[in-house]
Amino acid sequence: MITSFNDLLPLMPLLIVTATSVVAMLMIGIRRSYIATGTITITGLLAATLVAVSMMDWTNQQVTPLLIIDQYSLLFTVVVCASAMVLAVLSFPYFFELDDQREEYFLLLTVATIGAIVMVSSNHFVSTVLGLETLSMSLYGMIAYPLHSAKSAKFPLEASVKYLVLSAAASGFILFGMALIYAQTGTLSFASVRELPVAGLGDGYTIVALLMVVSGMAFKLSLAPFHMWTPDVYEGAPLPATAYLATIGKAAMFVVLLRFIQISEALSFDSMVTVLTLIAAASMLAGNLLALLQNNLKRILAYSSIAHMGYLLLALVAGHYVTGTIAVEAITFYLIAYMIMSLGAFGVASIISSSEKEFDSVKEYRGLFWRNPLLATTFIAMLLSLAGIPLTVGFIGKFYIFLSGVEAGLWVLLGVLVLGSGIGLYYYLRIIYRMFMPEKHSQPYRVGGVESVSSYAVLAILLFLLLLFGIYPAPIMSIVAAASAFI
Amino acid sequence: MILVVLMSILFLGGVLAWLSEGLDSRFPRVVALAAVVIDLLVMMALVGADTEGSSWIVQLNAQWIPRFGISFHLAADGLSVLMMVLTAFLGIIAVGSAWDEITERTGFFYFNLLWTLAGVIGVFTALDLFLFFFFWEVMLIPMYFIIAIWGHENKNYAAMKFFIFTQVTGMFMLISILALAYFHYVQFGWFSFDYFDLLKVNTSSAIEMWIMLGFFVAFSTKLPSFPFHSWLPDAHSQAPTAGSVILAGVLLKTGAYGLIRFAVPLFPEASMQFAPFAMTLAVISILYCAKVAFAQTDIKRLIAYTSISHMGFVVLGIYAWNEQALQGAVMTMLAHGLSAAALFMLAGGLQHRIHTRDMDHMGGFWAKVPRLSFVALFFSIAALGMPGLGNFVGEFLALLGAFQASIGLTVAAAFGLIFASVYSLWVIQKVFHGAYRNSDFDDTHLADLSRREMFYFGAMMIGLIWMGMYPQSFLDMSSTTLTNLLNETGQLLSTQGSEL
Repeated sequence: MITSFNDLLPLMPLLIVTATSVVAMLMIGIRRSYIATGTITITGLLAATLVAVSMMDWTNQQVTPLLIIDQYSLLFTVVVCASAMVLAVLSFPYFFELDDQREEYFLLLTVATIGAIVMVSSNHFVSTVLGLETLSMSLYGMIAYPLHSAKSAKFPLEASVKYLVLSAAASGFILFGMALIYAQTGTLSFASVRELPVAGLGDGYTIVALLMVVSGMAFKLSLAPFHMWTPDVYEGAPLPATAYLATIGKAAMFVVLLRFIQISEALSFDSMVTVLTLIAAASMLAGNLLALLQNNLKRILAYSSIAHMGYLLLALVAGHYVTGTIAVEAITFYLIAYMIMSLGAFGVASIISSSEKEFDSVKEYRGLFWRNPLLATTFIAMLLSLAGIPLTVGFIGKFYIFLSGVEAGLWVLLGVLVLGSGIGLYYYLRIIYRMFMPEKHSQPYRVGGVESVSSYAVLAILLFLLLLFGIYPAPIMSIVAAASAFI
Repeated sequence: MILVVLMSILFLGGVLAWLSEGLDSRFPRVVALAAVVIDLLVMMALVGADTEGSSWIVQLNAQWIPRFGISFHLAADGLSVLMMVLTAFLGIIAVGSAWDEITERTGFFYFNLLWTLAGVIGVFTALDLFLFFFFWEVMLIPMYFIIAIWGHENKNYAAMKFFIFTQVTGMFMLISILALAYFHYVQFGWFSFDYFDLLKVNTSSAIEMWIMLGFFVAFSTKLPSFPFHSWLPDAHSQAPTAGSVILAGVLLKTGAYGLIRFAVPLFPEASMQFAPFAMTLAVISILYCAKVAFAQTDIKRLIAYTSISHMGFVVLGIYAWNEQALQGAVMTMLAHGLSAAALFMLAGGLQHRIHTRDMDHMGGFWAKVPRLSFVALFFSIAALGMPGLGNFVGEFLALLGAFQASIGLTVAAAFGLIFASVYSLWVIQKVFHGAYRNSDFDDTHLADLSRREMFYFGAMMIGLIWMGMYPQSFLDMSSTTLTNLLNETGQLLSTQGSEL
């Protein structure tokens, strides 16, 4: 129970983001101003980020049974808030000329961030579901946001409904699994799974419950074979919303999965290891293979995100076999790396696009390097990082994944990882090659919307982080290692 | 420190070359040339330096990623210095060959060229395996751009194939490196990627074999050796001349260097068990690729296949693992670096002049371009192993050493020399002799070698003659390194070498 101010203190980042949404809402009620709403959102998220950073050293406590505020959750609170801020900055010029009410988009973005913060701090099923649904509900709105605009993105409604229906079904799975666990133990904390009776209803009962929960989560993470919705939703949603779904949506869910698997010791069941191994292998292969045939940048990134989730799952499986925290570190580092490079890749696309016209076909990037070398260099760096090439953070991330796989002796999965990454090179290089081809005609990028210096600035920061963490990763590694000890 | 300087000159030179394009499109090549020449001059400080018994001339060791015991550990011994000098020398040649050929996006071209060279120097000096892998991959990206942007008609395919082959096999090496580091962790309780630490790791022989194979696959793809060679003819035929020069002259040597420095010393037992197999692959490379070369009509593909064939001698020498064979391998690496680079420059020069690489359209060029033809004859003869030139010394020593390891394989490999004469003379005959034909191409640009080109070819000729006439000056530089390597693994050789 929260009894004093001291108990509230650890929740500061969450409270700040919540307050931001309230202030933004009141602001819209008083006077509609796109600039003011955007500024409030960005400032609030920045404040939450800074407060979370300052709290990391001394906060480690369970606040109510629902939320755990330790270094790990704070690390991801920082990542989530900072990413949300980046996306808010990128969304601003994107939606500038939308012929509809624009202000509420920031409201949805802030509320979604509240959900994500709750998720990364959750070690209890109730807070998981609360956070997850807050995040998903806002995402439905963000995906369908340009719905009433005449010239807007192509299929926002289809994407949104698809995501709504399938995501609700996945939530249903998670809830059912939770109910099965609750029926046996009478509590809803992650730790309760360890107390599930093996006698009586037996192993099978527990495994069914675990499978339900894990498959629901795999669905949200778009792991194969639960990945069918991903490309359509990515393609249909406006770019900043796609980026939100692909980065914060995935990372928050993976943190929950990680905590759940670690705390519940679900992998002590052999069949769970088998299932996760198969899912990991299928995701790495399916994601990379299906991306080969795509011509739409968003679809390529959608499939590549499936593959990346597969890489992460490899480390999750490895976590069962290794002593020490190397697997958790690998997941944590890779998630941060994934956030940086995905935000960067989507950021480049959204800088040249607007709600009026999205440049999401690979063809349209032809000659970008000669027309806008800085933007193209950033994009190339992001893509090479996604492919795991040195000098970038993606390589150090891959290095971590490989290392945890080697320590765990998962040779088959490592083989699949090499194969998958090899296939992956093809479609990343294809985009890069396009950018180097001589430009045929100079169709101007960015139809509608406005140019904004701040979006270039956040891209520059992302590029800087990508290279910094790729060339001199020691500082971030020690932060990750310190935080990982809390899982 | 000097090693960091060597790399920084190239890295910064690359950036500077790129920036200078904004002023004038002719500046980048000047900047690039200056950078490589300065690099070569600085390198001279390392040549013949007094090492006081140790084989390491300079070392630099700084912490990099302490969490995993990864350090920024660079060092150079005689072997590294030889390879670096080759790199810088061919760097100059490459800039020269691009001088007039590359007219578009010059800044970015020289940027990539210099960064490739910097990556290669990193590969030749890194003594931390993580750092080694880092440079191993870093040199790929600019090379990819060189092929993909300034290549010929089928450049996308060739560049993609080059990148995927080397990157995927590189990942196998990464797994091997990690496994080795992990076994070090198991054995000593802390992570280390340092070469000297990893030399001490003991593993069971089955595991050692698997880890060694990870390295072998990566290195033999880079060499390339049969059966991982199929990317090379494509890459060479599509790359611009300067790209071919760097690829044939320097990049391929990193694979051989890796075998000598890492694959064998780190896993002596596994390597000795594997040696007969590796030598067999080498012989297949020599004979098969010589045969395939004979069937080519595209002159660049032909030279590419002969390259693979000659690199077979290097692998043969390395896995024979005795002093003569290793000296031969190193000598072949140097000599082949020059002769193959020169041949690719000639082929590139021809293509630049007549816009075709198809030998069926060529003939009788001696009358039109005597200087070019003479130079071509010289380097063909060098490549086929004429005594008095560097390639002969290298291949002869390699065969001499291999003879002690396996008579049968050496005899088979020696046939490669005969095949080499056949295809070399056949090319000379076909392209430069006979009646002059110009029905199939426009010969208005078919000019003889300019003074500048003669200067570059002359420098390479002098190099080859020097290697052929007085090889001792090169053998001396690498001998300390090689004898030390042999001593470290010598015990194993004496017990098992006789069985080969």
